[in-house]
Amino acid sequence: MAKLTFKTDSCKGCGLCVDACPKDLLEIAKDKINRKGHHPAQLKEGADASCVGCASCAIMCPDCIITVER
Amino acid sequence: MSEKVLMKGNEAIAEAAITAGCRHYFGYPITPQTEIAAYMAKRMPKIGGTFLQAESEIAAINMVYGAASAGKRVMTSSSSPGISLKSEGISYLAGSDLPAVIVNAQRGGPGLGGIQPSQSDYFQATRGGGHGDYHILVLAPASVQEMAALTVKAFDLADKWRMPAMILADGTIGQVMEPVTFDFDIAPAPEKPWATTGTELRRPHNIVNSLCLQPEELERQNFARFDRYAQVEKEEPLCEEYLTEDADVVVAAFGIAARVSKNAVDEARRQGIKAGLIRPITLWPFPKANFAKLVGKTKAIITVELSMGQMVEDVLLATKCRIPVEKCNRAGGMIPSSERVLREIVEASQGGEIPW
Amino acid sequence: MVVFERPHALLDVPLHYCPGCTHGIVHRLVAECLDELEIEGKTIGIAPVGCSVMAYDYFGCDVIEAAHGRAPAVATGVKRADPSKIVFTYQGDGDLASIGTAETVHAATRNENITVIFINNAIYGMTGGQMAPTSLVGQVTQTSPYGRDPKLCGYPVKICEMLSQLEGPEYLARVTVNNVARVREAKKAIKKAFQNQIDGKGFSLVEVLSACPTNWGKTPKDALKWIDDAMIPYYPLGVYKDRSADQENR
Repeated sequence: MAKLTFKTDSCKGCGLCVDACPKDLLEIAKDKINRKGHHPAQLKEGADASCVGCASCAIMCPDCIITVER
Repeated sequence: MSEKVLMKGNEAIAEAAITAGCRHYFGYPITPQTEIAAYMAKRMPKIGGTFLQAESEIAAINMVYGAASAGKRVMTSSSSPGISLKSEGISYLAGSDLPAVIVNAQRGGPGLGGIQPSQSDYFQATRGGGHGDYHILVLAPASVQEMAALTVKAFDLADKWRMPAMILADGTIGQVMEPVTFDFDIAPAPEKPWATTGTELRRPHNIVNSLCLQPEELERQNFARFDRYAQVEKEEPLCEEYLTEDADVVVAAFGIAARVSKNAVDEARRQGIKAGLIRPITLWPFPKANFAKLVGKTKAIITVELSMGQMVEDVLLATKCRIPVEKCNRAGGMIPSSERVLREIVEASQGGEIPW
Repeated sequence: MVVFERPHALLDVPLHYCPGCTHGIVHRLVAECLDELEIEGKTIGIAPVGCSVMAYDYFGCDVIEAAHGRAPAVATGVKRADPSKIVFTYQGDGDLASIGTAETVHAATRNENITVIFINNAIYGMTGGQMAPTSLVGQVTQTSPYGRDPKLCGYPVKICEMLSQLEGPEYLARVTVNNVARVREAKKAIKKAFQNQIDGKGFSLVEVLSACPTNWGKTPKDALKWIDDAMIPYYPLGVYKDRSADQENR
């Protein structure tokens, strides 16, 4: 099992991480707004257990907001 | 080199720069200053320095910007049209508070102009030349020895004030050969903690930059820079006064024009006319105090320039227009003869009409 | 165990780039290379004029902000002043391939021992979406509102192909960052471009096809796709010159 940490306030909601996840575990949180005024990216509810920590999301994140632990 | 050697003015500048610790020169060929590049090309590889012929004047001044950012003593040289090309870079040097030395062996303009000596870049040099609010130090040598001495001084002043410094020479002094010594006391360059030399992961990163998007901050920077300029204007003006103490007629001239004028002043004195010469050595800061002193004493000032008349405006400002000023100028590469200057002195001493 | 985090050489400050702009990915790749090669402390970066003008706020190494197009000349000055330092420029297409073409070509032909990161996104971003030297034929921009017409403004400049004709440069590669695999490839190229400098091999340029969703008028996802559909056909990815490898193979 892997752990993703999002620096949510720096997220611009571009969604590149969402498209990059090979297991489709991420989403843009349409119900949340961060300090920058964007809908931030997050792990889908209950998806923790499925993440293997491949870091594809982090690799595609232009703002370097994702830390991946395994 | 403490013994006297016979050298061209341009070569003296190059050797003096090396004496002052300059090990990096970037240039682009243009008449009449190419001897500087040729001299550097010969000498720099022998002393572990850099000579690089850039692809353009623009590239050369930006290489200077890089080496200056790295904290090194660095120089470039050119002549009038080339200085116009460098002006963007000079503005960036000034905006980033970088020391560097730029030589302008002026030739006649505007445009491509000619290749004969001129002083018509006075405005460009003393008003900045590029865009924005800034000044550079401007030194005007009148002999080969001064070419050397002022080059050494330019490096010191540039480092001291974190400003670009220009040697505003002309084709004549660049080409003429005279004896010169290089017996200078060279002060070591000051520490440059602001230089981009690598953090070694031991300090926050240094940034060399002239961009500032916050107007309040950019204004603050400009005011701070002009406070520094005010200090320079207080401490650094240099001027030679020759027989001005009792002079009725004072000739104001710099560089080669001052040498022509000095002969005329001597001849006028022989004829019994109380003539003198005032020669600004720093054109920026302009030696205003020396000129202000003439007010109430001197009946007329004659400005002798190899241009349509540019320094004359600073003379009028420094004397607050309280002394009549007559221009004696040639342009386009022509040099006023000392006979012509003498005629002007004689006329002025007889209270001739000041036409403007 | 942390398997992915912000590299040390990328300062922990928010980037000003638009959502989905891939400048941020390339910044990170450069920073990762500085970390992995352990050169951050002796590296001097040169920032351009354009969208990445404020790159000096993002890299942890010392940075000089250059005039528009002049970064390779500034880098030359720094490198000649102290060849023991690592010097890189980070430039966009307007900066490198338009106003600074001369500086680019001559730094390359001198085989100046520097690393050049060239962001090609086929548009002027900072000024709001004008035609770049690399804008594609037919591409609609503010200053080519009817599409880039080669009869009026010529053809897009292919920097890697052009420079590959010179004897000088050591390494020229074109990469992109529009999917995970290609980001990894891009990093390899960037790392090689720095390693070449460490090894004293000379001028190494990596052109990165990059997305500008805002000025292309596309979503971030569609912008990445446009790189595949429109850019790569005209700007093929690959290594255009690798002198050391060519010599070994001979």
